[in-house]
Amino acid sequence: MGKRLIAALVIAFLTPCLAQIAAAQTPVGTSSTSGAASDQSVRLARLEQQAADAKSSADNAWMLTSSALVLMMTGPGLALFYGGLVRKKNVLGTMMQSFALMAVVTVLWGLFGFSLSFGSGNSFIGGWHNVFLHGVGATPDPDYAGTIPLQTFMVYQLMFAIITPGLIAGAFAERMKFSAMLVFMILWSILVYDPMAHMVWGKGGLLNAALGGRFPTLDFAGGTVVHVTSGVSALVCALYLGRRVGYPKEPMPPHSVVLSFIGACLLWVGWFGFNAGSALSAGSLATSAFVATHFAAAAAALGWAGAEWLRNGKPSTLGAISGAVAGLVAITPAAGFVSPMPALLIGLIAGVFCYWMVAKVKAKFGYDDSLDAFGVHGAGGTLGALLTGVFASSVVNPIFKDAQGNTLASGVREGNAHQLLNQLVGVAIAWGLAIVGTLVILKVVDITIGLRVSEEEEVQGLDLSQHGEEGYYWEASA
Amino acid sequence: MTKVEAIIQNSKLEAVKSALQEAGVEGMTVIEVRGHGRQKGHTEFYRGREYSVDLIPKTKVEVVLPDSMVEKAVHAILSSARTGKIGDGKIFLSKVDDAIRIRNEDRGEGAL
Repeated sequence: MGKRLIAALVIAFLTPCLAQIAAAQTPVGTSSTSGAASDQSVRLARLEQQAADAKSSADNAWMLTSSALVLMMTGPGLALFYGGLVRKKNVLGTMMQSFALMAVVTVLWGLFGFSLSFGSGNSFIGGWHNVFLHGVGATPDPDYAGTIPLQTFMVYQLMFAIITPGLIAGAFAERMKFSAMLVFMILWSILVYDPMAHMVWGKGGLLNAALGGRFPTLDFAGGTVVHVTSGVSALVCALYLGRRVGYPKEPMPPHSVVLSFIGACLLWVGWFGFNAGSALSAGSLATSAFVATHFAAAAAALGWAGAEWLRNGKPSTLGAISGAVAGLVAITPAAGFVSPMPALLIGLIAGVFCYWMVAKVKAKFGYDDSLDAFGVHGAGGTLGALLTGVFASSVVNPIFKDAQGNTLASGVREGNAHQLLNQLVGVAIAWGLAIVGTLVILKVVDITIGLRVSEEEEVQGLDLSQHGEEGYYWEASA
Repeated sequence: MTKVEAIIQNSKLEAVKSALQEAGVEGMTVIEVRGHGRQKGHTEFYRGREYSVDLIPKTKVEVVLPDSMVEKAVHAILSSARTGKIGDGKIFLSKVDDAIRIRNEDRGEGAL
């Protein structure tokens, strides 16, 4: 039986090999007529097309996978991460915020969000050329990604537009009305996310490093676009809404670090799609970003847990996973620009820095950034964006070129001190847009439908007061 | 009839359970509880925030026995639940007026 199987396998393997050899020995074009020459050029053209198709398929496979991975970061990743950190009575309300964005932002993106972010426009915002996804089909847009359908690029970017407002929810957890949250998120997507995405990544964007923006800011996967904007908006929300009832006198420990743990691990895995996918192709740049991402997360987990160990005498699970997320945040802008060792360093610094922001700075100022959206995403994102300017390497990613096509230095370590200034401009614009945009939106929602649930509803919990259900049904099951 | 309520260390449940069974106790009710006596609680840290936890998880074992069996059962609990440290828990005894078996409405000690 075994012998027969082996023989069959050998034959199956040899047959195509022999066929190939036979094909190679067949004489190609025995006469030297012009007909044969044109025949050859036709075959060459066909081969080139096949090679291009193969590359396109490979890139597209990775980009569709990455798109799915980034969606997984919001649901269930972020939903579990945040859901575990709140009190029992708010677990569904918190998860629902993430999930609602998966639906709402998707609709917005299809109608006009993608057009405002990536359509041709001015330096600050895209135009209306791609509303209702007009012109977004199988044909690639070489300005963004020349080997994948524009539709793949569109759906990949959509996943970023979904998770970014979701991060803000960590700041106003356990006290925002669901209706107010929806209106806030819709307006925030349009007024803050779309312009920021356009400035950094869109055609003609003010900060676009790849397409010749005025202040070329290096932001590989969204350090400014995703983390600084959401993190800073989170701080504004925490300050505007005020503290939760009972904070900081009443203890409000996470109701399930187990849920948060699963969420954080899903975030780590999903982040490979977020960062390595931002190469927009399946080549070596994706590998480089993948490796940098992983190394930063690992070092940051050690950094945060180590800092805790020194201060409290024990390293906590929540500390380790929070650290990993902080490292992932910080490496996001740098992922496709730095080699593994600087990635380790960026992660380590981010882990310790975000721990300090969350444990010390928040307590000192007394704001109730409930789940530390600012302490992790705002602080870590800002740190990462600046460190990207320091450690960016033209060997990893030759993004700056002179008129003759020669590669120029990327970051401060390579002698391009000016880049730190560009990074500062990018960060400053992200902070400014986030603060102004969020304040305006909060004010509008506040005076129209109101932001916070009533005190009674807050004490009851969002699950019951906003959704009429409970995450953990009390009655024993029959 | 007497109700014996023993609040014990979580880790001692198995030992107490088998000691009671050996002493001839046939049924029991076990509840996860939180509380504190003289034992100090502990502190927990979540993202740098310190929480002092003074209600410590304990296990409560409840049995209702004919008076003749009470001392034997108490002895079984004492010998199996003791570690000698603060936090070993307490045993409370109280009189029970009646007991009713739901299935057939037996009453008194016959229902135990």
